Formats: sequence, structure tokens, C-alpha cells
Amino acid sequence: MQLSREDLLRAYRSMCTIRQFEERVHAEFATGDIPGFVHLYAGEEASAVGVCMNLGARDSIASTHRGHGHCIAKGCDVAGMMAEIYGRKSGLCAGKGGSMHIADLDLGMLGANGIVGGGAPLACGAALTAKTLKTGAVAVAFGGDGASNQGTTAEAMNLASVWRLPVVFVLEDNGYAESTASAWSIGGDPLVRAEGFGIPGVRVDGHDFFAVHDAARDAIARARDGGGPSFLHLKLARYFGHFEGDGMTYRAADEVAKLRAERDCLTLFRRRVEEARLLDPAALDAVEAEVAALIEDATRGAKAAPMPAPADLLTDVYVSY
Amino acid sequence: MARKSFRQAVNEAISQEMARDPRVIVMGEDIAGGMGAPGEDDAWGGPLGVTKGLMPQFGRERVLDTPITESGFIGAAAGAALTGLRPIADLMFVDFMGVCFDQIFNQAAKFKYMFGGKARTPLVIRTMYGAGFRAASQHSQCLYPLFTHVPGLKVVIPSSPYEAKGLMIAAIRDDDPVIFFEHKMLYDVEDEVPDEPYTLPFGEANLTREGEDLTIVALGRMVTLANEAADRLGGQGISCTVIDPRTTSPLDIETILEEVRATGRLVVVDEASPRCNMATDISAQVAERAFEALRAPIRMVSPPHTPVPFSPALEDLYVPDVEKIIQAARTAMAAGGRKAA
Ligand SMILES: Cc1ncc(C[n+]2csc(CCOP(=O)(O)OP(=O)(O)O)c2C)c(N)n1
Ligand SMILES: [Mg+2]
Repeated sequence: MQLSREDLLRAYRSMCTIRQFEERVHAEFATGDIPGFVHLYAGEEASAVGVCMNLGARDSIASTHRGHGHCIAKGCDVAGMMAEIYGRKSGLCAGKGGSMHIADLDLGMLGANGIVGGGAPLACGAALTAKTLKTGAVAVAFGGDGASNQGTTAEAMNLASVWRLPVVFVLEDNGYAESTASAWSIGGDPLVRAEGFGIPGVRVDGHDFFAVHDAARDAIARARDGGGPSFLHLKLARYFGHFEGDGMTYRAADEVAKLRAERDCLTLFRRRVEEARLLDPAALDAVEAEVAALIEDATRGAKAAPMPAPADLLTDVYVSY
Repeated sequence: MARKSFRQAVNEAISQEMARDPRVIVMGEDIAGGMGAPGEDDAWGGPLGVTKGLMPQFGRERVLDTPITESGFIGAAAGAALTGLRPIADLMFVDFMGVCFDQIFNQAAKFKYMFGGKARTPLVIRTMYGAGFRAASQHSQCLYPLFTHVPGLKVVIPSSPYEAKGLMIAAIRDDDPVIFFEHKMLYDVEDEVPDEPYTLPFGEANLTREGEDLTIVALGRMVTLANEAADRLGGQGISCTVIDPRTTSPLDIETILEEVRATGRLVVVDEASPRCNMATDISAQVAERAFEALRAPIRMVSPPHTPVPFSPALEDLYVPDVEKIIQAARTAMAAGGRKAA
């Protein structure tokens, strides 16, 4: 662990922002104000932040339907995200995309994705651009345990291998795809699958920010140095339902409570930096308070923001009839 | 007769056919749910609960949860249909056809013809379609015109719970691949639905209103809106026929032509994107075969040619509504000459 004090504060701020953002969306969704399908990332923060801390703005990520965390970790504007989730014109995608399609191409955030397995080929494309134009950039494909079973994922990994693309495949194995356990749905071992494509991989405790960070740092460095693709299998957990409204009856009754009590990535982070005297509790508390204010502003702003105008329906498409 | 929701009607049709024929199986992602998980089995019954209860009734051997591999399991359903099972595969949202379309349109659709008539492919693919759910661009499309375009597929678009049960049973008993479209906004709609099994015919349109001045053809969820428009127009002295084709392939064009010849005016309401959709197809066939009967230009009511927007403010403008149908009907009535006596 060679992270500076500033890096540690940045990591904690980013993870707290994701957590508080998702807790707030969860609460607001329950009031009925937020339309559509919303998939929350709470519990998985160490993955998005641990990986994206190693990336710059020219690097790209392809995300999933559970994309809020990836967006925040890649630097997306939280107020713009919240406005998007509320369908407002000031949203990051002008209200046209919603929770499942937040993107910010200037930051290399290539979009959340409503199609499971849709992201990995796109990340290969971003890596191909980097390789062809010799920009030195890398791409990261985030995907779930469910997505790992899609043909697109396998095809993308093989392509990355034969083209030696600067791409890292991050499998966020949160134990479930909807209500289906990953222990059942994944035949064999994802690491062996990667190995079958000639892609080096490691399994990492996805609750542990430092473990994720270090594994991602090595994989991203390898990609940047022309070493080709890598694979990370992160074991982690989501705290909320598959989507908001999911009763989660398929989980053990005490499962989430236990995870929150024993394996929470924010708690583990705090404990680690406090015990090692890298950051003092007051500094961490200050981050939390600062983030709370940010989320409050973003939510108020989103609620007060105007909806898109009727004319907006027909813009941003190459032809209108 | 009992009142049942569209959701119950589909569930009951599948359940009755599974009880009748042991070759009928169901497969899909979380179609029962809870596979390998510590909590409740049959936790989901599909994301909107349509197949809930089938697994406890028929067991996991006949109600198969799948990994997220549409190309794999839809293809496997086609292969199973070719070799003696009668699978009902759940393509959760029709938008996901992009992941697995080859297995549908190059494989299942073509077996019978390519193999010189030797193959039977009794496959049903159930799928959700349609806007209004705030589900954004990749979970709100109609896409049935794409399937209608492919020879060898049958395409069913039920408009009510009663229609859904009869058409689903017909689909399961059919020996060709059938794509069965369920509008996600219809699941909670209730209707009188008989308890006993019954079938409704493919390629035979249903007249939900009969009138003299104007013919409205509408599909799926749009039938309800067309009926409402017809009722309001009726109150204003414009009497409308409303045709629900039930299936777009086969399409009962004869009934449509007959009604257009009787009224001389046609409005087609189609929730699918406006280029090469069912409205353009039906309009072209009418123009070709009943041009002389038309007293006014055909009016088409479809969304604009854009992806489905997320924001409720935009989605509500996007989807055709009763007002737009009435507007189109008025335009059709205002144009052209009077009907010959
Ligand atoms: C091609 C496709 N199939 C199915 C779905 C429906 N769906 C949305 S999320 C999801 C589960 C994804 O599981 P996983 O990849 O593990 O991600 P997680 O939700 O756990 O983050 C499913 C089946 C979809 N959106 N796209
Ligand atoms: Mg998962």
C-alpha cells in the first residue's frame, strides 16, 4: 500500500459518495418519485473505487445496469447523475437515458448498460482505439457474475487476447444475478475460463479496497505497458435488491445484516487506516459530512430541476419524422 | 366467469398446457428464481411474476432457470423443439433479441422450409415489449415488426387477458415457432377469462367495435386505446370499426380490406417505431388492394422515429395516446369525398 494521505482521502470520499448516493436513491425511490428501473451498487464500492483510482480521464470504462458506483468512481458529476435519475433536462444525459444509461464520454465513462454482457466488447473497442492511436490509455470492462456467462463476454475476452488489447475485465461477483446464485450459474471457475483464453487472472476479496486497488494497479499497469488483457474476479455483495422493489426472498434472512456488520468495505477501510494511523477519525468524519451535504444538494437540485421540453423528444437522433 | 389479470391469464394457459402435455417445458432467467440461493425457491416467477407457481407445480425438471445466456438457451429451446419437446422460452424483454436473434431467425424460423418440410419446431418465445414503464431505451421497444419480417415465424400480440389465454394455448399447440408478445403495461389489466382451456385462432382478426364511417386497426396495448377513441368518436357522430389483428404473422389482411371497403377510411395505430412497422405494412397492402375504396389518405399513428426516451415528460409524448388516435380519425374524416350511397 503506497497510497498518499490525499489518495486515501480521495478513495474514502469516493466510496462514501457512492454509499450515500445509493442510500438516498433507495429512500427517494420508496416515495415513488423516481421512475423506472433502478439497480443500486451499495456494498460494492471498493470495486469501482479500487479500480478507478488507477485510471485517468483518458482511460475508459464500460459499466453495467448497476452503474452508479462506476460513474461516481470515474468522476461523474453527482448532481447531474441525480438529475438524470429523476429524468430532468439537467441530467447527464438530458433525461433521455435514466439510471441504466448514465454516461460521460469526456470522463471515459462509456455508459451504464441495460444489456447484460453489453459492455465487454465496447471496452475492447476503447482499448483498440488506444492501441491504434497509441494514446497509452487502457479500458476496463466491469461485468457481473451473470454477465460472465454471456457469449459477448467470452467473445470479448478472446478478442482481447488475440489482439493483445490494453483492457482489464473486472468480474464483480456479488453472488447473484437477479435471484439466481452465481455459485449455481457459473459452471467451472472464472479464473480458469480466463486462463483458457490466455488471460492472467486473480481472485480478490472485493470488500477490501486495498486488495482491489493493488490487483487493479498491477493489471492496469500491465495493459499500459503492452502486456495485454488481465482478469480480476472480485467476490463482493450488494446490499439492496436486484432492483428497487425486489423483496430479496431468495437471500438468507440475516445475510445482508451480517454483511453490513462484518464485511462492509467502508468500515473495513476506516478500521485499516485508523489502526495504521494513516488518517484520523476526525478527517474521515469530515469527509462523510461533506459528502452528505453534496448528496443533499444534488437531490434537492434534481427535484427542483425542470423536465425536458417537448421539442427535446426529437433531438439527438439522425432523422426525425 | 372469473375476472383475471393478463398475468394470471398467461400463467393459467401455460399451467393448463403443462398439465395436459408432458412435453411442454418452460425455461428462462429467474423464470422460477432462487436457483442455488439460500432463501425462497420460486422467488421470482420471472421479473414481473408471470410464471410464479409453475415450478412448485411441475418441478425444476420442467421449469428451468437458466444462466444469462439468451443465445444459448433460446437456441437450446429451438433444438429441443426440433427433437420432440414443446418448449416455452422466456426472452425477458424483447430488447434482448439482439443477443440471440440468430437462433431465432436463421435457425428456428427456417428449419421447416430449409429441410424440405420435414421439420416441426413447436417453440414459443414469450417476451415483454412496449413503452410506458419508464424503462428507457433498451427495455421499452416493440420490435414485433422485425419478427414479422421473417418468414417462418408466427407473431402473436394479445390485446387483453381473454385474448392472451386463448392465444397462448394456441401458440403452445402450434407446430411452428411462435413469438408471443406481452405488453408490460397490460399485466395488471383484468378481464373475464374462462377457467377451462380454449384457443383463439391465428390469422383471424377480432372486431372489437363495429361502425360505418372509419376503420381503425390497432395492435396489442393500442387496441384498448383505439376502443376508447372509437367510443368517444361515437359520441361525436363518427362511428368506427376497430380491428385487432391478434397476430401480425399470419396477418388477416382480408378482414382489414373488407372493413376498409365498407368504411372507405383507415387509421392504423402501431406502437412500434414508424419506419417499416405494422402500420406501414398494412397501409401498403390496403393501398395496393383496396385503393379504389379509399375516400381519404390512410392515417398512421405511431411514435416518432427515436429511441424510447427515459424521462416521463418525454415518454408520455412518445407513446401514441387516445388524443392522437382521435386527431388522426378526424383528419381522415375531414379529407376526401363523401361515401357513395
Ligand atoms: C441481455 C440481457 N439479459 C437479461 C437482462 C435482465 N437482467 C438485468 S440485470 C440481470 C442480472 C445481472 O446479473 P449480474 O451480471 O450478476 O449483475 P448484478 O445485477 O448482480 O450487478 C438480468 C438477468 C438484461 N438486462 N439483458
Ligand atoms: Mg451479480
